[in-house]
Amino acid sequence: MSTQAQTETVPCAAWPEALLIATLFAMDPHGLGGISIKGRSSPFFDAWLDLLKELLPDGAPLRRCPVQTGDDRLLGGLDLATSLALGQPVVQRGLLSEVDGGVLVLPMAERLSSATAARIAAALDEGQFQLERDGLTSLLPARFGLILLDESMGPEESPPFALLERCSFRLDGNGLGLGDLAGDGASLEDIQRAKAALPDIGLQSDSLVEAICEAAQAFGLNSARPALLCLRVARMVAALDGRQAATLGDVTLAAQLVLAPQALQLPPPPEEPQPEDPDQQPESQDEANPAEAEAEPAPPPETPPESQAEAEPKSQPNPSEVLVDAVKSALPAELIAALGSQVKPNRQGRAAGSGGGSMQKSALRGRPIRSRSGSLKPGERLNIIETLRAAAPWQKLRRRPQPDAAPASGIKRIEVRKSDFRIRCFAQPKEATTILVVDASGSSAFQRLAEAKGAVELLLAQAYVDRSRVALVAFRNEAAEILLPPTRSLARARRQLSDLAGGGGTPLASGIDTALMLALAEKAKGRTPRLLFLTDGRGNIGREGKAGRAVAMADALLAARAVGLAEIAAVHIDTSPFPRPGARDLAEAMRAIYAPLPYLNAQAISAI
Amino acid sequence: MRIAFPFTAIVGQDDMKLAMLIAATDPGIGGVMVFGDRGTGKSTAVRGLAALLPPIKMVKACQYHCDPRADKSSCATGCVHRLEGEIPDVGEMATPVVDFPLGATEDRVVGALDLERALTQGEKHFEPGLLARANRGFLYIDEVNLLDDHLVDLLLDVAASGENVVEREGLSVRHPARFVLIGSGNPEEGELRPQLLDRFGLSVDVKTPDDLAVRVEVVRRRDSFDRDSAGFAARQAEGEAAVREKIVAARGRLSDIETPDAALEWASRLCMAVGVDGLRGELTLIRAARAVAALEGDPKVEDHHLRGIAVMALRHRLRRNPLDETGSSTRIERAMSDLFGS
Repeated sequence: MSTQAQTETVPCAAWPEALLIATLFAMDPHGLGGISIKGRSSPFFDAWLDLLKELLPDGAPLRRCPVQTGDDRLLGGLDLATSLALGQPVVQRGLLSEVDGGVLVLPMAERLSSATAARIAAALDEGQFQLERDGLTSLLPARFGLILLDESMGPEESPPFALLERCSFRLDGNGLGLGDLAGDGASLEDIQRAKAALPDIGLQSDSLVEAICEAAQAFGLNSARPALLCLRVARMVAALDGRQAATLGDVTLAAQLVLAPQALQLPPPPEEPQPEDPDQQPESQDEANPAEAEAEPAPPPETPPESQAEAEPKSQPNPSEVLVDAVKSALPAELIAALGSQVKPNRQGRAAGSGGGSMQKSALRGRPIRSRSGSLKPGERLNIIETLRAAAPWQKLRRRPQPDAAPASGIKRIEVRKSDFRIRCFAQPKEATTILVVDASGSSAFQRLAEAKGAVELLLAQAYVDRSRVALVAFRNEAAEILLPPTRSLARARRQLSDLAGGGGTPLASGIDTALMLALAEKAKGRTPRLLFLTDGRGNIGREGKAGRAVAMADALLAARAVGLAEIAAVHIDTSPFPRPGARDLAEAMRAIYAPLPYLNAQAISAI
Repeated sequence: MRIAFPFTAIVGQDDMKLAMLIAATDPGIGGVMVFGDRGTGKSTAVRGLAALLPPIKMVKACQYHCDPRADKSSCATGCVHRLEGEIPDVGEMATPVVDFPLGATEDRVVGALDLERALTQGEKHFEPGLLARANRGFLYIDEVNLLDDHLVDLLLDVAASGENVVEREGLSVRHPARFVLIGSGNPEEGELRPQLLDRFGLSVDVKTPDDLAVRVEVVRRRDSFDRDSAGFAARQAEGEAAVREKIVAARGRLSDIETPDAALEWASRLCMAVGVDGLRGELTLIRAARAVAALEGDPKVEDHHLRGIAVMALRHRLRRNPLDETGSSTRIERAMSDLFGS
């Protein structure tokens, strides 16, 4: 961990930080919960993981858990072969208990279902879990730390929040090349020594707990978890450096590592923004221009904020202020941008398959729900436990010596007949996204727009009941705009809609194009998109933004045909006072249900 | 066994703690549903409650740990060895609190044919599941909304009837399964169906405390517990014993609590005002108020008892308009001050 990294190019500062995180994590993977690492698999990650492996105690398991791991492999179940051989049930341990004392790596964490995440989170909280499966009951140890590999591409995706919030650290592997990976972490002996000292590490001052809580609150972290993890990390840092008690400096460093990457909001500006203390000067500059502060590398671990040196001996500034400023200076640039613009980053962590969407019964994929009897078709899977159960009551009868059977060889065979077969049924969440495409042009007069809004609100209420997602596309003037990316947040949809102003031309083609693009993106995510057009179908702006009804209508028809070819369910609600053939043609091209509504009636629309 | 975080050391979250005390006093209340942010101590409270509850007496030979005072006919399979008039061998055990693990299979929940005995000895023998283990205690389900619907239906059905009926693999078994169902869930993970929500007696919403001092106290206590659980529990032992005695005393008093007509009328008027369908709301309201009176050592149900639990007894039974941002709790509070003054 050399300080020279500070003078080099921007991302290099991340490496010392990554080294420190690996060292701390190796000290107590379970206590620290885990690390979320952003970025597609990269040389950075491989190098970092190699380093972590060296730091972990000998024999500590490190296992990868593929996204689609089923309950039988994750939690464990009956070891069928051994059970049959021994004639008594034998537990086969799942991944969660196999990694006891080690680290569980979850690649593609953003694709984890919330059901899987909840199982992992429960084991993480307890350090053990109760296995209640396949007729077995067993309490298995499961003290492990997590490594989430977050390979999400946009803000819409994120690893399940249940796991994310249990992770102490965040790392960003993007933009790091092999050349940046200089320097070594602490040695194994350092870690051993620190681990031994850890139980006795105190806090230099009791007010540090308050400072941590205050800082966490300032950054919108309302759960007690981040504060507790931060406190734990502070003690570890002190132990690593051979101190008896954690100082403000240790706490500050811990806050930068733990709290900063999780920040949900920027702290409110202080009431008196003019600091008189010259010592505070550099930090208040950071405050004034947070984006620029980010261009500088984050302070490397060994020279944590100047506060460490000055805060204690001098007239003590409030520790919580020191902490808030330190955390702020460690915020990632894009986070500041996102937080500043008041657009909250997506922290819901709604990974694929989450939510209470309706389930689609499927024989091949999804989560196992129950089993049914019947004959086995190709591709279907036998539920062996249930099959054996079905066969069990008949064993005595079936074993009765048959006249022509060979004498019993001493091995008790289990006789399973076809009628005993139990086939696994799976359920797969079927999620729908309703994309509302609203014509906000002048031709849809203001009055009509208000009516359309009413109708859409009713649709939103329906979407709420179905737990489907809603997206909102509006078009007017030159182009269409995605006002609301697919979301389940009804409140947001409502707000966007009530802010929607009408007026200008009708770029119908652009509206259809945008909606189609969004629908295809949703389809790629495995959801079922539905398009709902609310327009009078009188386009007068073409694809290139040129005015002219003829061009506009030709473009619109072309765009509509693309929708039809993509086979996306669509409904076209004609909002014009008198239905015209042009609108019907458009609906036909889209293969949409055409609903002329001479006078909009909100109730009627929601009934469609 | 690991030490649970003491129930009495939980900072704030008074509604949740009260709801659990009511359920501990009157198990017939119909279970508690706890909604709330993560990290607000939902599971901590359940585990803490378990550690605090007094031990129960049970028939030693019964695999459903039946109450020795109970009529043996209530237990169809477990107490078969008990002869008429015979005094059973009585043992003592901690109040069972069964954690319902996510990913549990149905056979382990309801119980199933004992595979080992069936395969090796050819005997048909019932192996009890989680529901049997939870008899006379608590069944805690974290993240109810992640559970498969058919399992949730089954659990609520058993919780309501107090009996588990197993009809599978040629087995026909019924056994007592009286337990308090405690569910927890995060609304972000998806909603529970209204007809399921209605089956829970009480519903509380837990929030992260906004007050900094409270939050500091939460972190401080948790940290001190993590570093020395045994010492922490010992310091808390006196308070725990006091609450335990309170529950035992309240259980004894419960059947003597009077319910004046005025209280019944109060409950009916409130339910009508907020538009709660069915009688379940009213019944729960009265029942919970009686438990509170018993806990507080009062002889009869009074308005302030009802007032204290009205929100948790009714908030999940209101018809919801998803576009109305007023929460159910606010609507109940408002109705109460309209009807009965503030």
